[in-house]
Amino acid sequence: MKAEGTVLLVIGAFFGVVAIVYWFWSGETSGTAMLTGAFLLGLLPGSYYLWWSRRMRPRPEDDPHAEREEGAGVVGAFPSSSIWPFVLGLSAASVGLALVFGSWTAIVGFVVAAAAVIGVIRESRRGGVV
Amino acid sequence: MTTLVTRPEAVVEPPEEAHGPSGLVKWITSTDHKVIGRSYTITAFLFFLVAGSMAIIIRTQLASPDNTIVSQHVYNELFTMHGSVMLYLFAGPFAFGGLANFIVPLQIGAPDMAFPRLNALSYWLYLSGGIIMLLGFVTTSGAADFGWVAYAPLSNSINTPGAGPDMWIVALVLTGFSAIFTGVNICATVFYLRAPGLTMFRMSIFTWNMLVTAILILIAFPVLTAALVMLWCDRHIGSHIFTVAGGGVPVLWQNLFWFFGHPEVYILALPYFGAVTDVLAVFSRKPVFGYKGMIFATIAIAALSTSVWAHHMFTTGTVLLPFFSIMSYLIAVPTGIKFFNWIGTMWRGSITFNTPMLFAVGFLVVFLFGGVTGIFLASPPVDFAMHDTYFVVAHFHEVLFGTVVFGGFSALTYWYPKYTGRMLNDFLGKISFWLMFIGFWVTFVPQYLLGEAGMPRRIAEYLPNMGWTTLNRVSTAGAYMLFLSVAVMLVNFVEAWRRPIPAGDNPWDAHTLEWATSSPPPHHNFYWIPPIRSERPVWDHYHPEHPVEREHPPRTGGDEVAAARSTARPDSRAQFGSAATARGSVNPEGPSHEPRAAGDPGDDHEGQS
Repeated sequence: MKAEGTVLLVIGAFFGVVAIVYWFWSGETSGTAMLTGAFLLGLLPGSYYLWWSRRMRPRPEDDPHAEREEGAGVVGAFPSSSIWPFVLGLSAASVGLALVFGSWTAIVGFVVAAAAVIGVIRESRRGGVV
Repeated sequence: MTTLVTRPEAVVEPPEEAHGPSGLVKWITSTDHKVIGRSYTITAFLFFLVAGSMAIIIRTQLASPDNTIVSQHVYNELFTMHGSVMLYLFAGPFAFGGLANFIVPLQIGAPDMAFPRLNALSYWLYLSGGIIMLLGFVTTSGAADFGWVAYAPLSNSINTPGAGPDMWIVALVLTGFSAIFTGVNICATVFYLRAPGLTMFRMSIFTWNMLVTAILILIAFPVLTAALVMLWCDRHIGSHIFTVAGGGVPVLWQNLFWFFGHPEVYILALPYFGAVTDVLAVFSRKPVFGYKGMIFATIAIAALSTSVWAHHMFTTGTVLLPFFSIMSYLIAVPTGIKFFNWIGTMWRGSITFNTPMLFAVGFLVVFLFGGVTGIFLASPPVDFAMHDTYFVVAHFHEVLFGTVVFGGFSALTYWYPKYTGRMLNDFLGKISFWLMFIGFWVTFVPQYLLGEAGMPRRIAEYLPNMGWTTLNRVSTAGAYMLFLSVAVMLVNFVEAWRRPIPAGDNPWDAHTLEWATSSPPPHHNFYWIPPIRSERPVWDHYHPEHPVEREHPPRTGGDEVAAARSTARPDSRAQFGSAATARGSVNPEGPSHEPRAAGDPGDDHEGQS
């Protein structure tokens, strides 16, 4: 986790320096705000990873000498198929079209989106079927 | 069904494939990264054909002065949609949706992306966004016609009214969210699902570049989404964020857009840099030269690219010229490092010029020229003269066509065996390459000259006495050659589909983990993963005659567990060798797996860099 955190922190630190230089040199606000956002985007997850890396043993993927056996076992639960991403995508498009045409598609979109969200959550709880 | 995925220790018997849905239901419901990756690749390629056809119409219109093949209004729609479809729907999604989705989990030994259903949602948002954007053509006002950059105040509801521009905005929001979700997914996958021993500094350069691209996506796309929401508010609910009339600032749009737009160029480029790096190493039969330098250069390019957005705005007179000029020049340093490393990778290697390698070398040449003209434009005085001329059009096509199409075709032909289990025809691939390479220069060198002659971009007609006719005709002829090149590539795909040549697991004698599994890979990817002791685990296994020079000395005494394991472990290399042979991994058309004789050129350079 140390390398991951360091990469993010280095990127964040770069934007921090650039934001300061840019602000004092140009005095322009929108660019400074966006650079500060980029700084925080590196800082927050980067320091979180680094904080964790000091509190855990190196994972097998962090250890250059790790044997394959050390990583054997359950990696995680992966759904093979699910209809809900498709439904959620359709509902998002439906809501999006309402922003253009101001029509009833927004209501349909929100109802279908709610159904899809409920479907996804139920699927996760019971192990998932199509 | 959700399945608990376990990671194998050594060779295991392939389990029976679960009976899942097939056909259309499989396409709609699958959360397998390979199915989604294939869907992304095919969809993005179709968008490439659509946008390429628009380019052909544009070039045909410009072939003669005072041409009236399309009206000025339609011409505006065509160049807007050509740029938008190419950049938002082809170049980016082809890389971080198609290639990354398919390849990154395989290269790190993962069973799938970290969030498979989020991954599927990304695809559906992308597809629906793409369809909505193109449906703009069938509205009464026509599609968006304010350029792919949608500058305020041209993009407000008075100057470009109608549903088409609104559909463009909604489409970009949808595809933007798709990109953000994919960025999160790639970061989580790379951070949490790597195989044991695959430390960050053993990942392939392609995976590294995809990680950095994902971070760039997370920096850039939210800004675009926010700007689009503001634009929609200006158009529909009477806000005045970008209109002077209500106290707004039109140039703010440019600041927001280019804070997204310039990193976007590198979001498009970095994945292909990564793919080309892998291809150059494999077809030179050498490790990547300056591996860590490459990673440093990638991170440096990403960081600098987010600090140069206003070099697109030099002529607005509102930006800090020295700051953005210096930062733009600085990008040449890490890019130069990459070039030296690419050349160093090929240096004294035993190079074979298969189709992927040809496209990769073509990329090097084309992108070099695009990069050099970019350095010209980083100088404000030059930019003042060249801004909005065909010089800029030629420059960014050289950069983007060089990376996305040459790099993309290199990646596609390189990984096509892994995608499908079939080989492409190398002869047709080479014809396609040479048509493209020659056609490319014929198309874009005249555009540099036209830019210097003062031809502005985005004009539908010009007068015969301008002296631009001949150069425009040459450029159009080059565009037709490019069209022909893509047609030959399509014929190649059809041939591979009609008369399949089995590829085997590792037809290129490649280095990285995706070549350790079958082609195409089974569900959840791996029955077996080789020990990872360098950034080339598969090469290390196929070529025991080139032992790994260990960057970390092996663990010694005191670690009884490791010692016990090492004695108890079967010789999996022998098992893998026999298993690989049984699967017929040697491809008659690819480079041989036979160990080369001692003294073969390039031997000195094998092993770790």
